Amino acid sequence: MVSVENLHKKFGKNEVLTGLDLEISEGGIFAVLGPNGSGKTTLIKSILGMVIPDKGTISIHGKSIKKDSNYRKQIDYLPQIANFPSNLKVKELIKMIKDLRGNSTNEAELIEMFKLEPFIDKKLGQLSGGTKQKVNILLTFMFDSPLVILDEPTTGLDPIALIRLKNLIKAEKAKGKTLLITSHIMSFVEEISDEIVFLLEGKIYFKGTIPALKAQTSQPDLEHAIANILTENHV
Amino acid sequence: MFKILKYSFFDLMRSRWSYVYFAFYLLLGIVLLFLNNDLSKAVITLMNVIIILVPLIGTIFGVMYYYNSKEFTELLLAQPLKRSSIFLGQYLGVAISLSMSLILGLGIPFVFYGLFMSNAIWDFSLLLITGVFLTLIFTALAFNIALSNENKIKGFGYAILLWLFLAVIYDGLFLMSLLFFEDYPLDKLSLIGTVLNPVDLSRTLILLKLDISALLGYTGAIFKQFFGTNFGLIVSISMLSVWVVMPVLRIIFKSKKKDF
Repeated sequence: MVSVENLHKKFGKNEVLTGLDLEISEGGIFAVLGPNGSGKTTLIKSILGMVIPDKGTISIHGKSIKKDSNYRKQIDYLPQIANFPSNLKVKELIKMIKDLRGNSTNEAELIEMFKLEPFIDKKLGQLSGGTKQKVNILLTFMFDSPLVILDEPTTGLDPIALIRLKNLIKAEKAKGKTLLITSHIMSFVEEISDEIVFLLEGKIYFKGTIPALKAQTSQPDLEHAIANILTENHV
Repeated sequence: MFKILKYSFFDLMRSRWSYVYFAFYLLLGIVLLFLNNDLSKAVITLMNVIIILVPLIGTIFGVMYYYNSKEFTELLLAQPLKRSSIFLGQYLGVAISLSMSLILGLGIPFVFYGLFMSNAIWDFSLLLITGVFLTLIFTALAFNIALSNENKIKGFGYAILLWLFLAVIYDGLFLMSLLFFEDYPLDKLSLIGTVLNPVDLSRTLILLKLDISALLGYTGAIFKQFFGTNFGLIVSISMLSVWVVMPVLRIIFKSKKKDF
């Protein structure tokens, strides 16, 4: 599905990605983990074409993403910080994104799921952080793309919305989609992800299932396994 | 590109500042007409205002719009859209809405005053055309500065400096160099100096058309002497077009390489 080869990216003097190789197969939930500044967002933004890599290739479905913008039709992306033009109404934003991407499949269902009807006529600048995140989720999931990328999807959500989000993610997986998720909440990662990709200093340190990670570090739970990797590498 | 243009344009049409800008020109047009009581004289006065003010507004609006719509841009970047169409769409959205404010704001009072029945109509149209050119040029320059500077304050600073340089300082340097080298033949130098600055170029263009170049400064006289009115007009307009195309090309080039 997604294959990344020898990816390098520097921001000024700060080398964020140093020769990252990653192969993501079709179907399933992949959690991208790593300490702050390990390059998770840079990796995701490179796949989306928002960050231009210094070196290396990224291909989706075997096709290089360079000099092409249409491949993004196959990706739904949930940005980390939900910042929208503040003088637009929620309704107008939905309409605009639909206009830019083509018709959506299940927006009404999602509005109902996250109880967004009371906010639909409000301006985005007036919404609370959690509600903005719900709009963000709505905009991401209302299209039916084979690859879904979620950058910190749980930020600001209340427990009910969190449960709904988990169900939504599981439902997407059941449809055979590939989901790439970053999160710092280990219980969330443990509950939903099939495989873990652990980034450290701009490279993939570990890729495999959660039981495999626990076995490798001989720790009883995911949180300690991650902490174990970090202390061993003096991060 | 046209979808982005449409959204940027409507977004700006809803903003209060477009109306302030429109109302300012409306007021300026009305006041000038009633003070001068003569269309041609009003056109000359307007020229002096437009030459300085249009670049300033274009620069500030361009930089402000770019920084304010950063989040919107990031949202668009994750969509299946070309980078060049996102940024060109936004640029044209700003430039067209500013040009609309200018054309409508000045056009309405002049039309009501009887523009269509007077000889000043060509001079007035030329004034609006130069105004639109200046808007296109300075908005494009502003987008260039904003694209190259992540820091808002720096971006604003450079934009204002650019305006100050082209609208005020350049003329001063130009005149000083003419005085300093007055023992040498300066025709070519002053000609090149004029062509290199869009503000001077616009002024010259209007002056040539108004046929009062002998009265108003060295630049106009040189242009008149070298080209004669019609040829000068063509050269000026093509130079202004180059001034639009160059920064627009850099917007495309720069936006392709930028990280968000």
